[in-house]
Amino acid sequence: MNAKKNKGERPPKSPRKPGKVKGKVKSATKIARTVLGRVIMGRHGNGMRRVAITGMGTINALGRDVPSTLEAMREGRCGIGPLEFRDVERLAIRIGGQVRDWEAETYFNRQQIVLYDKFTQFTLLAAREAVAQSGLVFEGELGLRAGVVLGTAAGGMNTWDENYRTVYEEGKNRVHPFVVPKLMNNAACSHLSMEYGLLGPSFTVATACASSNHAMGLAFNMVRSGAATVMLTGGSEAMLCFGGVKAWEGLRVMSKDACRPFSATRNGMVQGEGAGVFVFEDWEHAAARGADILAEVVGFSMSADAQDIVMPSAIGAERTITGAMLDAHMRPEEVGYINAHGTGTAANDKTECAAVAHAFGHHADRLMISSTKSMHGHLIGGTGAVELLACIMALRDGVIAPTIGYEEPDPECALDVVPNEAREAKVEAVLSNAFAFGGLNAVIALRKV
Amino acid sequence: MTEIRDRIIQIVAEQAMLDPSELKLEMSPQDIGIDSLGLVESIFAIEEAFDISVPFNANEPEKSEFDISSLGAIIGAVEKLVAEKA
Repeated sequence: MNAKKNKGERPPKSPRKPGKVKGKVKSATKIARTVLGRVIMGRHGNGMRRVAITGMGTINALGRDVPSTLEAMREGRCGIGPLEFRDVERLAIRIGGQVRDWEAETYFNRQQIVLYDKFTQFTLLAAREAVAQSGLVFEGELGLRAGVVLGTAAGGMNTWDENYRTVYEEGKNRVHPFVVPKLMNNAACSHLSMEYGLLGPSFTVATACASSNHAMGLAFNMVRSGAATVMLTGGSEAMLCFGGVKAWEGLRVMSKDACRPFSATRNGMVQGEGAGVFVFEDWEHAAARGADILAEVVGFSMSADAQDIVMPSAIGAERTITGAMLDAHMRPEEVGYINAHGTGTAANDKTECAAVAHAFGHHADRLMISSTKSMHGHLIGGTGAVELLACIMALRDGVIAPTIGYEEPDPECALDVVPNEAREAKVEAVLSNAFAFGGLNAVIALRKV
Repeated sequence: MTEIRDRIIQIVAEQAMLDPSELKLEMSPQDIGIDSLGLVESIFAIEEAFDISVPFNANEPEKSEFDISSLGAIIGAVEKLVAEKA
């Protein structure tokens, strides 16, 4: 569904030529570098392009679009509740941030549903909202210069689950012919490229809980480097099915009652589901067509702990937080808000707080850090995308989403975690953390426009 | 009861890659060289071996109803769970 009713998109002024950039901003190079790399027009001193966010979309346990999700975050509403799906009574963990009363038929026709796993459905729905908001129409050269990079950890988990039942539990020897194209991790990315005619670089990354931050970081770098003019990016997850939750149960890190990040009473994570999709666009391109720029993506860093398959490392997290600020030419004192990874596990939250304390020094006591997973649950591969909405809300609306479920301070998490109630505050720069199982870290930095 | 004890010692020793004779009942999982992931795997093996369900959350091991402070404590807790099942 193209957003044809929106204002037409003007073609770029001239084809990009890599050699051309340098000379054009040569005189500005020195100045730009001294003013922390912030720039004149749409380019950085080193010829890199600035990256604008011009559209956002979501579906998650808090709402089926951005306005309803942000409203829930402002109100500190909890989207976590009893899970509803087949065989839930055989689970020890029976709560989650589920998208309630989901009926795919409301949004997709029969031919689409046979090809779209729930994680693809969520992605397409979020993308419709994001693309409509951006006002872009991907025709002509823009289609060639636009791509998709998405994150997911489990891809079409519901499709795996349903079809394993068919062959193992029901003993059938035949499955639907589209099982493979439906469950593959890149299905959502491919359907998005097809829906909008995006002909440029398109792929999916899977780094567990950091998947969508990695995806958005890569999209950012592709636009910044000039490899693409527009990237649709974010991530999606739909793991709330019997097999998906049963697998997580095994690790014994899940809470049976609530997600309470940073609280001394926290007792584990709670899974969520849904998607977040954003339009990352070359700043000059966005400005030239008069687009409403929601925020600027200014930095990204990723790293590996190279240490443990599940236990996080404070050093790895700190390195990545610092790396994102360096990449953004951002001083620690500029950061007003961090959307935490904040899973609500004993290990993550204390490790993350230690990392933030080290990375920011005295400023750690002045900034705000909250975990919105307390409201929408942990969307695993899609979580960074939904959490970026809280970052944009902080920059644009001056509202800091709270960490709900907070009951009791933990000396090992002694930061301003914005407990239970949203707060009004003006912030100029924000970070969004993701620290995945496997020790893979990805932190993204945004600035206010 | 010795059957339960020997089976648990065997499970824990296998996890720690030690000979069962090297384990002492007063040793904690840390003493034995078992980390949090190893503990979770050992508990899974115990559940499978005795067909019981062990109430253990890795986020709050000390608050858990299941005492994991030492090998002896684990054996005692499992014996109790097995007795409750019977």
